[in-house]
Amino acid sequence: MGSRASTLLREEEIEEIKKETGFSHSQITRLYSRFTSLDKGENGTLSREDFQRIPELAINPLGDRIINAFFPEAEDQVNFRGFMRTLAHFRPIEDNDKSKNVAVSEPLNSRTNKLLFAFRLYDLDRDDKISRDELLQVLRMMVGVNISDEQLGSIADRTIQEADTNGDNSISFSEFIKVLEKVDVEQKMSIRFLH
Amino acid sequence: MGTSVLFEARTERGAFYMLLLLVLCCFGGKCELQDSKPSEQTDFPGVEPFHNEFDEPQAFPDEERANLPVFTMDYPRIQLPFEFTLWVLLASFAKIGFHIYHKITIWIPESCLLISIGLIVGAIMHSVKEEPPAVLNSNVFFLYMLPLIVLDNGYFMPTRLFFENAGTVLWYAVVGTLWNSVGIGISLFGICQFEVFGVQDINLQENLLFASIISAVDPVAALNVFDDIGVNEQTYIIIFGEGLFNDAVTVVLYNMFTFLAGLPVVESTDVFLGTARFFVVAAGGILFGLLFGFVAAFTTRFTHNVRQIEPLFVFMYSYLAYLVAECFAISSVMALITCAITMKYYVEENVSQRSCTTIRHVVKMLATISETLIFFFLGVVTITTEHEWNWAYILFTLLFAFIWRVIGILVLTQIINPFRTIPLNFKDQFGLAYGGLRGAICFALVFTLPDNINRKNLFVTASVAIIIFTVFIQGISIRPIIEYMNIRKTNKDRKTINMEVHTRMMEHVLSGIEDLCGQWSHYYWKDKFKKFNDRVLRRILIRDNRSESSILSLYKKLELQSAIGLLDAPLGDLSAAPSIVSLDDQRKEATRAKEKFLAADVRKMHKILSKNMYKIRQKTISYTNKYNLPDDSRTREILIRRHASIRRSLRAESFREQPSQNIPKSQKYYSLQPGGDLETTFPLRRRNHGGSEDGDHPSALTSRSSSRSLIPMRRLNTIKETGNAGEQPAASSQPHSPSPVDALDMRGPGGLEGSSFRGRKAPVPAPKRHLSYRIDGGEDLADSERAGEPVRPPQLPPPRGWEPEDQEPRENETLLRDSSQGPRGSGRS
Repeated sequence: MGSRASTLLREEEIEEIKKETGFSHSQITRLYSRFTSLDKGENGTLSREDFQRIPELAINPLGDRIINAFFPEAEDQVNFRGFMRTLAHFRPIEDNDKSKNVAVSEPLNSRTNKLLFAFRLYDLDRDDKISRDELLQVLRMMVGVNISDEQLGSIADRTIQEADTNGDNSISFSEFIKVLEKVDVEQKMSIRFLH
Repeated sequence: MGTSVLFEARTERGAFYMLLLLVLCCFGGKCELQDSKPSEQTDFPGVEPFHNEFDEPQAFPDEERANLPVFTMDYPRIQLPFEFTLWVLLASFAKIGFHIYHKITIWIPESCLLISIGLIVGAIMHSVKEEPPAVLNSNVFFLYMLPLIVLDNGYFMPTRLFFENAGTVLWYAVVGTLWNSVGIGISLFGICQFEVFGVQDINLQENLLFASIISAVDPVAALNVFDDIGVNEQTYIIIFGEGLFNDAVTVVLYNMFTFLAGLPVVESTDVFLGTARFFVVAAGGILFGLLFGFVAAFTTRFTHNVRQIEPLFVFMYSYLAYLVAECFAISSVMALITCAITMKYYVEENVSQRSCTTIRHVVKMLATISETLIFFFLGVVTITTEHEWNWAYILFTLLFAFIWRVIGILVLTQIINPFRTIPLNFKDQFGLAYGGLRGAICFALVFTLPDNINRKNLFVTASVAIIIFTVFIQGISIRPIIEYMNIRKTNKDRKTINMEVHTRMMEHVLSGIEDLCGQWSHYYWKDKFKKFNDRVLRRILIRDNRSESSILSLYKKLELQSAIGLLDAPLGDLSAAPSIVSLDDQRKEATRAKEKFLAADVRKMHKILSKNMYKIRQKTISYTNKYNLPDDSRTREILIRRHASIRRSLRAESFREQPSQNIPKSQKYYSLQPGGDLETTFPLRRRNHGGSEDGDHPSALTSRSSSRSLIPMRRLNTIKETGNAGEQPAASSQPHSPSPVDALDMRGPGGLEGSSFRGRKAPVPAPKRHLSYRIDGGEDLADSERAGEPVRPPQLPPPRGWEPEDQEPRENETLLRDSSQGPRGSGRS
């Protein structure tokens, strides 16, 4: 509903968010209070600086990428809906999913969508492929300064080699899914949100 | 290969020398003691005591007239401090000796080694019929040694982590200790009923008293192991907190049961009073701690002129808190911890950086010494006290202590897990249960048992037995067991490199999102406290209170510390790309020939990755090594590598919020006060920046001649620039040679050259260069040269407004390349 300056969350909005993301009522209100406490400018949206202000994110090696994931293409502000939409990826997968909304083809927190989130962290230019350079960037962020570029390069090469099945020297999304099929993504990308 | 053999030979010799030194010290100590004996025993039956002018023991008592003694010795005078120093030295040598062999301390916790050395020394002393110094009586321990350790624990406690898990910690500390005491006491009482064991005379109160003593868990050895095996935060803070707070509980129980042991019959009102007393003790302790903490913080507000004695206040106030609490028989441990936690936050903002470092170092040093001495004396006194050995009682004590702890942890975890956001899994519970080692508190308390307990020696023996058993057996074996458990988990899946990389990436993302959501803090109270803190407390207690965003202050603090650290020990090539960078920069060969990777290569890759990838939540690891100061080198690394993007955001933020305060320095140059001239304005700023002395500048004339040729072009451009940007009546009035050079766009390339040029030299000569031209008459040239220099290379955190971003990694690079040592290996992996 656009970015409103009001700081109250209306019931209809809560319902919509609930349907879209599957969070419970209390979770939504709780995350809303977190949203407002981050929103120093009090205009109902968060900017990148608001995220940068969280000290723990500053010392997270992938902090910038995580923050980036909240902002859809080339925008600088995220409202509460967008915030929740991104966070919805991290909801634990339940067997009986409460969001019985048939219109949503797949809930945001399905395994595929979680993997898509992770994939997009690598794939900055959104060409649906993780190129060697993109992989190298993320590797470099995650790794200490003791590794030389050649070593890192060979690690990246090996990574692509393991995953690449169609020989285009990059990892597509389906290859990404395949290579992580044994990994418990549901558990690794889920947070138990407080009720 | 050769060098490693040589190194081992050297370490062996080194170790041998250490041991030799150790033994020599022991004997030295004892010889001193024995020397003192003869002088005491001499008596002069028939000879009148001579009093010469110095009143010293006579060297030759038979002479009628004493000559001036050229060499005298008066040992009793210095005996006490001398022996104390020798013991401390001995214990410290033992510590040095352990760390020569790194592998020893990995497998055997330090406490074990110290106790062993103590046992050896005790055996030696016992064999020469020597008495150990009476330092382990209750007063010395409780008044001098324990506060130091507790201060260390309190000062370096991870507060955020603690408050997030406060409920769990207190649950385990209070209820767990109670559970253990009561359980063990009753079981032992049950054993006492059997006549065959010969301990029938111990009644219930005494059993409970003994049980309360031995249920106090000491986290030292457990924490030592935990940081190596990578236990998670929750287990760490639970053990840490439990170890701290069950001291309080134990002392209360001890006092209560001592009191009750004197009574023939226990009534229910006594139990009720005991519970009430516990709350009084705990709450009183916290109150006293808060009081002294705030007073200490307030005091440091005014100490900016007496920086040298700033560390003193931390120690004095916390010690006062401890003593006052002891006086009123409330929990001194809690008072001290609360005082330390309260104080730390405000004091570290008020005191200077050096005082801060001093405080940390001294706290660590005192605590390490105290702990070392305690374990050492544990070993010594074990040999030299009288023991009463009763197989049954002691074995059952060990058994029950272990069983009740395990049961206790299981039951308590089941109860509290639903209330936690992360439930404790089996591995955590095992770590908690098995890591419940007993330590020095137990030992000290048992010595202070009143003598009317007739089986005191048995209790002493049993305590010693349980301490040695848990420290040695459990302490040594916990590591292999947990590693085995870890291995079992990870061997199940053969990880591909992909899995390793992507799972680590996902873990980072998850922890980032968790931090973002603020999962672990109870928001409402934390926000309220934060508001109260900002509005009220900080204003009163902190001298220089500018509310900064936490990221800015964190960044400043880290950068300040690292600015020096970087010059000393570079962290390798930090020119790694900033996180979000255009892909154009990285476009090398688009396709590489596909290489074949051997299995050995892949294994090597796995090893490289597992050693070098950043672990998540680094901040915990920095706390877990008890004997070292918190190590934030990884944090610094990450922060420095991301500082390009952080600065961008800080700049954006600062422009938005406080335009008056955070104008980038470059802009300040463009506006002079009306009527002021360049000369007077800039010297002010010069003093702020480099801190360079004014005095010695003329002498720098001749040495800078080579650099002159490069300067003129830019200087003159700057004048034009400054002339344009603000009102500069003085500039135009100063005589200066007209600039033959066109006014290049100063900001762009000039800035680049300026900063990169400066980057290649060390920062310090820069200010001197300026004044060297003063005598030439090109004063404003020199002054405006300073205008051209945007900011100092990386010592200042304020944002650089107009400098292109890719300058920053280069500057760091050049700074680091000066001292090209290897990467700083702090041994953390």
